[in-house]
Amino acid sequence: MKINIFKNVILSALFLTVFNIGFASETKEAGDDEKFDPKEMIMHHVKDAHEFHIIDWNGKPISLSLPIILWTDNGLITFMSSEFHHDDAGQEVVEKNGDKFVKFHEKIYQLNDGASTATFDDEYHVTNASKPLDFSITRNVFMMWVSVAVLLLIFIGSARSYKKSKNGVPTGIAAFTEPLVVFVRDEIARPMIGEHKYKRYMPYLLTVFFFIWINNIFGLIPIINGANLSGNIAFTFVLALFTFIITTVSGNKNYWKHIFWMPGVPVPIKIFLIPIELIGVFTKPISLMIRLFANITAGHIIILALMSLIFIFKTWTVAPISVAFSLFITVIEIVVTAIQAYIFTILSALYFGMATEEEH
Amino acid sequence: MDLVTPGFGLVFWSIITFLCLLFILRKFAWKPILGAVSDREEGIKDALASAEKAKLEMQNLHADNERILQEARAEREAMLKDARDMKNKIVTDAKDEAQVQANKMIEQAQAAIQSEKKAAMAELKSHVASLSIEIAEKVVRNELSNKDKQLKLVEDMLGEATLN
Repeated sequence: MKINIFKNVILSALFLTVFNIGFASETKEAGDDEKFDPKEMIMHHVKDAHEFHIIDWNGKPISLSLPIILWTDNGLITFMSSEFHHDDAGQEVVEKNGDKFVKFHEKIYQLNDGASTATFDDEYHVTNASKPLDFSITRNVFMMWVSVAVLLLIFIGSARSYKKSKNGVPTGIAAFTEPLVVFVRDEIARPMIGEHKYKRYMPYLLTVFFFIWINNIFGLIPIINGANLSGNIAFTFVLALFTFIITTVSGNKNYWKHIFWMPGVPVPIKIFLIPIELIGVFTKPISLMIRLFANITAGHIIILALMSLIFIFKTWTVAPISVAFSLFITVIEIVVTAIQAYIFTILSALYFGMATEEEH
Repeated sequence: MDLVTPGFGLVFWSIITFLCLLFILRKFAWKPILGAVSDREEGIKDALASAEKAKLEMQNLHADNERILQEARAEREAMLKDARDMKNKIVTDAKDEAQVQANKMIEQAQAAIQSEKKAAMAELKSHVASLSIEIAEKVVRNELSNKDKQLKLVEDMLGEATLN
């Protein structure tokens, strides 16, 4: 498992480096509006956005408008993202309560007093604006709520079907969900945490497992795959944060002893191990965060990059190869959806198990 | 680097959404599902255990029956043996007693015979004595009817007496 973590970190680091190089070379030749920019297209799909863009029809974008919620110095300001008229270049100015807002690269900027349009420096940074706290219902938040609705439907439905059936025999949707739930219990929680303590962590592990899995799957559905929630570092950060908090809170005496005064080694080594173990406390959840984010984002980028080949070469002859490869990667990604959910859950369970392990 | 910077809004909504999801699912989904699953597993485990127990009980019962049968058989053997012994004893006792009785009776009979014999002898003796006296009287009377004869008789008698 450790090797896997390193491999993931290195791979994701490599990916990001490649990306930066691509970004640098791309910006130099920017300026031609007609030119297909695969990087922009890919980043647009992978990153969060304030509107749910579905398709361009006759040159007009068709999208779902989502609410923008901002906390400014003057209080809470809300309006629909449609007021920007699909503008993402900072040109369209929306005025609310005397404050002016522009949207640039999916960030909302509040223009400074007196400014009427956004001005940019050479590196495309907005110079005359500040960023208010953005609580907007972005498409990732929107898809997160959709996934929550689906999860509630599936699992409350399963729970209800147990009540209906006699002697707890699963029927209907429960016949499908029960093996998964039992899998999380018997293959993840029990072996990692131990027979006596696993029950406390079951709700968290089950929720995390299915929440990640369903959002991984949603990220692969073509029309809505703009919503790349589990490939967004904010989302993986939150999940990793919960794992970190639960691990830290449930850490027993033995766990802290292993961090601050490692038993069974000489005193100089004990002192030497304290900083290493302390860093380990934080690297564990950070590795969780990066692994999920990098795996899912990388999968999306590969699929989109393969599809972009058609537009880069501007010939349909590439299409069969491109489609075949991206189909292949998509099939792998379908497996990865479950694997990453499993890895995140089993590692969380492992950390809980380490935190609650008794002295032996 | 936008890609690896967590957006504040999404972090905020993720925390709230995840907590809500966790609490709702825990209360309305995981508890009933896990409860039902573990109840069923407990039920199966109990059923298996009780079946095993019943099997063991059956075996015990069988063993008990076998033991009781064995005991009964042994008891019967013992009783038969006792009866046989008693019979033998009674027969021997009876034999012994009969022997003793017979011996006693024989002894008594012998004693009676002895005494009868003695009495008979005595009677015979007295009878013979009286008969001899009678005969002797008659002879004497006859003999003593004349003097010669009396003398002769005395002489004979005397002669006989010395011979005795």
